[in-house]
Amino acid sequence: MDFNKNVGQPVSRLEGKLKVTGQAKYAAEYEADNLLHGYVVSSPITKGKIININIAQAMAIPGVVDVLSHKNRTKLAWFDLQYTDMDAPPGTVFKPLADENILYNGQPIALVVAESYETARYAATQVIFEYEQETFQTDLESNIPNGRSAKKGFATALKPPPPPPTGDFLNSFEQAPVKVAATFQHGTEHHNPIELFATTTIYEGKGKLTIYDKTQGTINNQLYVANIFGLHYKDVRVLAPFVGGGFGSGLRPQYQLFLCVMAALHLKRNVRVVLERKQMFFFSHRPPVKQNLRFASDVEGNVTALGHSVFSETSNFEDYTEAIANWSHKLYPAPNTLFNHKVVPLDVYTPLDMRAPGGSTGMHAIECTMDELAHKLKIDPLELRLINYSEIDPSSNKPYTSKALRNCYLQAADKFGWSNRNPEPRSTKRGNKWVGYGMATGIWDAFQFPARVEAMITKDGRMVLNNATTDIGTGTLTVMTQIAADELGLSLEEVDFNYGDSKKPFSMFQGGSSITSSTGVAIVVAAKALRKKLLKKAAKMPDSPFKNSEDAEVFFSAGNMHLKDQPNVFVSLKNIIASNNGKPIKTTNMGKPHMLKLRKYSLATHSASFVEVEVDQDLGTVMVTRAVTAVAAGKIINPKTAAGQISGSMIWGISKALHEETFMDHNLGKYMNTNLGEYHIPVHADIGQLEVIFVEEKDELINEIGTKGVGEIGLVGMPAAISNAIFNATGKRIYKLPIHFDELMQ
Amino acid sequence: MRSETQNLNHLKQGDCTVNLTVNGEQKILQVQPWVSLLDGLRDHLNLTGTKKGCDHGQCGACTIICDDKRILSCLTLAVMKNGSEITTVEGIAHGNELHPIQQAFIDHDAFQCGYCTPGQLCSAIGLIKEGKAQTREEVKELMSGNLCRCGANIGIIDAIMEVKAGGGHE
Amino acid sequence: MNNFEYKQAEDIATAINLISEQDNTKFLAGGTNLLDLWKYNLTNPSGLVDINRIHGLAEIKELSNGGVRLGANFKNADTAYHPIIENKYPLLSKAILAGASAQIRNMASNGGNLLQRTRCYYFYDPDVPCNKRNPGSGCPAKEGYNRIHAILGTSDHCIAVFPSDMCVALAALNALVNVEGAEGKRTIAFADFHRLPGDRPDLDNNLKPGELITSIDLPDKGFAQNYSYLKLRDRHSYAFALVSVATALELDGEMIKDARIALGGVAHKPWRSTEAENFLRGKSANESNFAAAADIILQDAKGYGHNDFKIALAKKAIIRNGLMALNPQSQLPGAKPSA
Repeated sequence: MDFNKNVGQPVSRLEGKLKVTGQAKYAAEYEADNLLHGYVVSSPITKGKIININIAQAMAIPGVVDVLSHKNRTKLAWFDLQYTDMDAPPGTVFKPLADENILYNGQPIALVVAESYETARYAATQVIFEYEQETFQTDLESNIPNGRSAKKGFATALKPPPPPPTGDFLNSFEQAPVKVAATFQHGTEHHNPIELFATTTIYEGKGKLTIYDKTQGTINNQLYVANIFGLHYKDVRVLAPFVGGGFGSGLRPQYQLFLCVMAALHLKRNVRVVLERKQMFFFSHRPPVKQNLRFASDVEGNVTALGHSVFSETSNFEDYTEAIANWSHKLYPAPNTLFNHKVVPLDVYTPLDMRAPGGSTGMHAIECTMDELAHKLKIDPLELRLINYSEIDPSSNKPYTSKALRNCYLQAADKFGWSNRNPEPRSTKRGNKWVGYGMATGIWDAFQFPARVEAMITKDGRMVLNNATTDIGTGTLTVMTQIAADELGLSLEEVDFNYGDSKKPFSMFQGGSSITSSTGVAIVVAAKALRKKLLKKAAKMPDSPFKNSEDAEVFFSAGNMHLKDQPNVFVSLKNIIASNNGKPIKTTNMGKPHMLKLRKYSLATHSASFVEVEVDQDLGTVMVTRAVTAVAAGKIINPKTAAGQISGSMIWGISKALHEETFMDHNLGKYMNTNLGEYHIPVHADIGQLEVIFVEEKDELINEIGTKGVGEIGLVGMPAAISNAIFNATGKRIYKLPIHFDELMQ
Repeated sequence: MRSETQNLNHLKQGDCTVNLTVNGEQKILQVQPWVSLLDGLRDHLNLTGTKKGCDHGQCGACTIICDDKRILSCLTLAVMKNGSEITTVEGIAHGNELHPIQQAFIDHDAFQCGYCTPGQLCSAIGLIKEGKAQTREEVKELMSGNLCRCGANIGIIDAIMEVKAGGGHE
Repeated sequence: MNNFEYKQAEDIATAINLISEQDNTKFLAGGTNLLDLWKYNLTNPSGLVDINRIHGLAEIKELSNGGVRLGANFKNADTAYHPIIENKYPLLSKAILAGASAQIRNMASNGGNLLQRTRCYYFYDPDVPCNKRNPGSGCPAKEGYNRIHAILGTSDHCIAVFPSDMCVALAALNALVNVEGAEGKRTIAFADFHRLPGDRPDLDNNLKPGELITSIDLPDKGFAQNYSYLKLRDRHSYAFALVSVATALELDGEMIKDARIALGGVAHKPWRSTEAENFLRGKSANESNFAAAADIILQDAKGYGHNDFKIALAKKAIIRNGLMALNPQSQLPGAKPSA
């Protein structure tokens, strides 16, 4: 094997040419004969009942084929269980068009199907509904008293509730010489990938469907469709070869999939449904959260008490939670802790994981509180982290499989020039701007899910791999190709990684920064089996020099299998396949986490972010002029695409800290800025200088390839680092995100 | 082409004939007046390289070059552009040879999901042609009509700066 | 998103005739706002009259009085980058370039810029009450999320703001709007073009039904020596102003001979105060006098909760922009505050 020939190299995205020439096709871009177009009608009311629907006017428009609503929808599976998807939180899954009840604003209430998109769009305005409105509750703050513990379910395994209390938090906090108590508020955010959610359903006849869907989980959506519509799962094929961003929004099937498939089955026609941007605010989102933190330390800066209580929004039908209060004790070894998390059910749609769910929200509050503690202690914020550095995970008393956070701190601080920081807030000026430095820690999970990969060598000596995962822009195709190429000693050009198709062997949805470890490990496992088979076949070739060779006695390089002790003795993969009558030699194998071994360890990626901000002395306008984030995430397969993941998520951190928020008018129970003009994500002008460092972190315990995932960790530390830099610049600490510049006006 | 026959089959009263030169080829669109240029390109000419990200002029994904200027095809009716010359992302390479900005995007990892990319590319070509942006700050400002949710902003601006420095006038 | 008839007009008279023939027909120029509104089902024109091919509307020309005439169909970008505008009316150039994006400025017409409708969230949601969209239905913005809303010249019926940047500069420059309708031609002073909401918030401006903007005249005085446009918003580009300020000064040494201060993002029209401008005349161009002028401009300002900050912000912005006007080179791309 030529391990590290491709792995570790900054390979440019293999699908790059398709993407820069417009050849990459997304879910709404597949042609189909006599395609019908569906347009969703969204509820204008927040809660109540539909008492009448008049479709006559809409149906009279030439080109309109049908208007589907709860009145005339096809019969569907009735049991909740059948609507359940792999990422469903405990509760009752929302069922589109199930009945007359309206549970939240923007709920899909009808689908208009027409011969053209424009006709469907127009006809949707001509469907007349009558409603009975009911009072509703959408405001987290005023419903805090209704907070309760979340129901437990499958999702609890991935997102455990906070750990139980340790020591005597209340007394130790009360009596501590140095303490900080603060309340943090975070607004709602929507994922807003730039691709509109879309599904194109090809009606193949005889109960068979081919579905091009915008999703992060082809198999998840395949099973969802099959279960609800009573189809055999083999008759449902979900394809997502290109996905225009996900960020979590594609972890669960969204309503355009359901409506599109229903229309296709009902009308026995090919149908496409594309959501409007506004309608993408009518599904899952990052929930608003209120957090109360109480941290205390001794006068030397040793943290003695950590208290963190969380109230987060959920819907009235599912208990969505995310790990928010779980992080501080994974980092800081305080003897006294008290954590809790309550959900507040409201008349909204169920929230859903959005890039670094929980971590980005919780760590903002945790690392701002640590910064405040450092300020009170008159200890440098980085020094405070180092004083409280723990090699093990204090919350579980388990060692980490690896933890190179200390080097993240040191390398990033060095690159950033942290030693130049003036600890006195509001003391450094650059023209009209106050300048501030801030830092924060990041921590995130290192997930690995079971995955199956089919691997084969074909008669032209190429390696073909099949797995159902998507590539939502993370670089999955490139990274998997790199891993596979090295396993068989091939060049990248000799490997075909096929993905984005539910027909391929199993992959979990693409979330939690898990796919490199999940599918990557499965590739390694499959490649090992494949090498064995190749050797076995080669041994049977006439006069084979490999007759008595063991697996460990051969290596693969440049398309050939060699004897290790006689490298000039080799056989080409092509010849091995030729000896198999040209039939590919193939294997399908499962890669899975080593649960038993890993149970003794804690698993996490870490990061340290250092930020410089400039804040206008009069007007308060903020610019993140530069930031450095160092990441310890095990083996980095592709430093180019991985750096893209980190700098991209650093920009998400800027956005979370300074820009994005969906705000709701609680009198109306609806989000008001449901468009990309008023839902602000950063534009190019908002982005200063960003640097990414990957800290060496060798992890031989975590999995076969030593990877931990890089999709989210880059976001986790940034919001607090920005908030802390703003405090250093201005002396003002803002306890809510996003920070609006007018709050910094002097 | 399939799309053209389809259009003729669907020819209805009220349809307008729109003559366009798209990526150097003569195209005839038979569309109702309320069809946007974006939908005309995507649904009627099957040129799906141009993307719909918001349909309201707020993301820049639908940016094309029309009569030498970068514009938003979502806020343009196809019928308004009768007689115009249009370049979409499908038409910026010379055959198999990528336009320098396309190559620079690949080299600088200036995209992840790729969905905003066609708009960024067309916008970048427009920006270079306009010649109003010299510094990095000016490029950032004049590219701010193109959102990138993946956060590939640094690579995008790096790619444009490189092509500008290389005299990439196209 | 109704269907509509589409017609092209080759000359002004035809355009005006086509509009008057049928109710609810609208002129179509750049389309950047009209088509956006139409797609949100906020306007349902039965017909659109495309005026893009009318000869002579897309021109810029110098007038005998020393001023400049901007054709209604002359594009925003072409205006901002035209040498005459860059040299003689740099304030206008800067204001235009602070608005929208490069693509939209390539599309948007000068006439259309004046006719932009508010970006009030409540106006933009056809499912909620709004007195501007549906007179008499109410104004939920007053008790709602009103961060972007007006602090000056509001009424009980409407607190929407007019979103243009270009028009803030045109107001400061005392531009004139030339219009033509079935009853002939007339010229409207810029200050009289847009309206305050009063009890008719459905009317944004004083154009009569069927009247077409044909051009905008800039007077000779361009304030090319001392000017500045400052725009404050929730991101550094491609966002509407929370507060913007156009300042134009004519100085004699340190003494102010003439001053124009127009605000954007604070009212239903670009906001000017002759009282404040009169106050500045004859005074030194310094921070304290700009502050005093700001107090005069904002004396009747009123917040609605989420937008209370705009009162203090506007004052600071007026002061800063006054200082920036003394050194126009301090202006940055995107009309950001000076470094």
